[in-house]
Amino acid sequence: MKKAFEIIDHTADVGITAYGADVEELFSNAALALFSLITEPESVEEKLHLDLEVSSEDRDSLLVEWLNELIYLFDAKHILFSRFDIKSLTHNQLRATCYGEDFDPMKHKIKLGVKAATYHMLKLDKSGDGCKAQIILDI
Amino acid sequence: MARWQGQLIKIDDYRWKIPKNYKTGMRVPGLIYASEEMLESICDEQTPEQVANVAFLPGIVGYSFAMPDIHWGYGFPIGGVAAMDVKDGVVSPGGVGYDINCGVRLLRTSLSEAEVRPRINQLINELFHNIPSGLGSEGKIKIEQKEMARLMVEGARWAVKRGFGYEEDLNVTEEGGCLAGADPSKVSDKAVKRGMPQAGTLGSGNHFLEIQVVKEIFDPHIASIMGITEIGQILVLIHTGSRGFGHQICTDHLRVMEQAVSKYEIKLPDRQLACAPIESPEGQDYLAAMACAANYAWVNRQCIAHWTRESFSKIFGKSPEQLGMKQIYDVAHNIAKIEEHIVDGRKLRVCVHRKGATRAFSPEHKDIPRCYQKIGQPVLVPGDMGRCSFIAVGTEKAMKESFGSTCHGAGRVLSRGAARRGIRGGDVVRELESRGIFVKAESVSSLAEEASQAYKDVTEVIDVVNQAGISRKVAMAIPIGVIKG
Repeated sequence: MKKAFEIIDHTADVGITAYGADVEELFSNAALALFSLITEPESVEEKLHLDLEVSSEDRDSLLVEWLNELIYLFDAKHILFSRFDIKSLTHNQLRATCYGEDFDPMKHKIKLGVKAATYHMLKLDKSGDGCKAQIILDI
Repeated sequence: MARWQGQLIKIDDYRWKIPKNYKTGMRVPGLIYASEEMLESICDEQTPEQVANVAFLPGIVGYSFAMPDIHWGYGFPIGGVAAMDVKDGVVSPGGVGYDINCGVRLLRTSLSEAEVRPRINQLINELFHNIPSGLGSEGKIKIEQKEMARLMVEGARWAVKRGFGYEEDLNVTEEGGCLAGADPSKVSDKAVKRGMPQAGTLGSGNHFLEIQVVKEIFDPHIASIMGITEIGQILVLIHTGSRGFGHQICTDHLRVMEQAVSKYEIKLPDRQLACAPIESPEGQDYLAAMACAANYAWVNRQCIAHWTRESFSKIFGKSPEQLGMKQIYDVAHNIAKIEEHIVDGRKLRVCVHRKGATRAFSPEHKDIPRCYQKIGQPVLVPGDMGRCSFIAVGTEKAMKESFGSTCHGAGRVLSRGAARRGIRGGDVVRELESRGIFVKAESVSSLAEEASQAYKDVTEVIDVVNQAGISRKVAMAIPIGVIKG
């Protein structure tokens, strides 16, 4: 199987490169990469699920908004996610069901405080054998 | 990353110019303050390209500036200063940064190193216990939504009214701890939800609280006016910002600005430079929301300063007054402000973006506290936790040249990942302890990211701004105790 994502270095911050056979998988893997930076995703059980709807101007910014929505849910509501089911995805709108649980300091190790997904060096490419996106996160 | 190959013209030993014709679209030249040695690492990244990109922004006047602690940021470099004419210029959230009003506050004490060193463990443990820090840390002050709106408008005064610190602290805080024009209706519900539980917390990343010892005084007269009178005197430096609140405001408004860019037909070389005309509804809304975040950050530092005084009081069995715990100053180093400056011989209202840069107003400037009228505005320049920090003052030259701005700190040279791979958090703690610096952190592994090797030497940074004349160095202090998130 092709790898789902990679973590990339950036002087002040950190980035991710996410892969997917299609855009849906790419969005799901980008979210997984995000939570792998925040915590150990294996420690997050699927105790709750949340339906999310995110819209934006274009597909690139949709990816940024999608990750920012998840960052918000963790920072304000303390929810960690470990699985993302992308229900529908157009060029400017996404609907997904996200599975995870409430953050428990006794159970979950927080590795990194990710505070925002940025537009900096944002790249989303589709090629014959799949898609790839690069996104820098502010920490 | 490829080394930057563009053209730099040497003006003198500390000034390097990127000519306006380097790239079509630049409205002004770029100016980098650096020594020849520092230029090496600056060009290793594409940072000068970012300085050139900022010069594209409509209404920019003078230069697109880079301070010697410059490093690569999104859109704007960190360590960048850009002033835009209010009439036809733009405001850009990227020129402020995500952590709006990230800044530093310095307290002095009448304690000496000899009195504090024997109790440093106890003191640091008490501070660590008393000041909420670390990822996902929640504050001790519970704020309702209605109260949050007041906090956003009133800034540090909101905290003083509730018993956190003193009225006199406000006099020695940039803007009196309250940036005018804050409008909570321009702040999203999301930002409020992130901000409410985090008020009064130190946070994580590069934020810290340090107990410092004065090691060198370069200008005894100026230092004495700040209440720094002898080598060995204990100071406390607090470095934090607006937490998730500021980040959400930046995120929200970047999105609005994205659309504004096409609406106002602004041509940008980098999407993260998204901006809107200062006088447009989008620009005004951002400034009103940014002021809310700036005020939130001042509340944050006001509360933390209060708990610092409380902790010292408990450990030394004396009141903060008896311990001489007065505030020297509080500066913002991520902010955009409407200021009046002389440009080409005439007065101009400009929006000065300082992203990882500090205001450095000269003596006799109307916007600095009366007690500092003769010496200029105090400038606080923290280094990394293993080296030292500097106290400086603003100068007339800064007013004439850099819109009253100077550097803000050390500036990273290693990415967090590279630092983690090369350095172990536990080793950092031991190494610092062997040098008499006691560190307590919520996450030991994250300490590696903040190790000295990851930063430029702040001494080189301060020497450049001192030699270039955009600030004057006054004193240097080293840490003996650090708490980190």
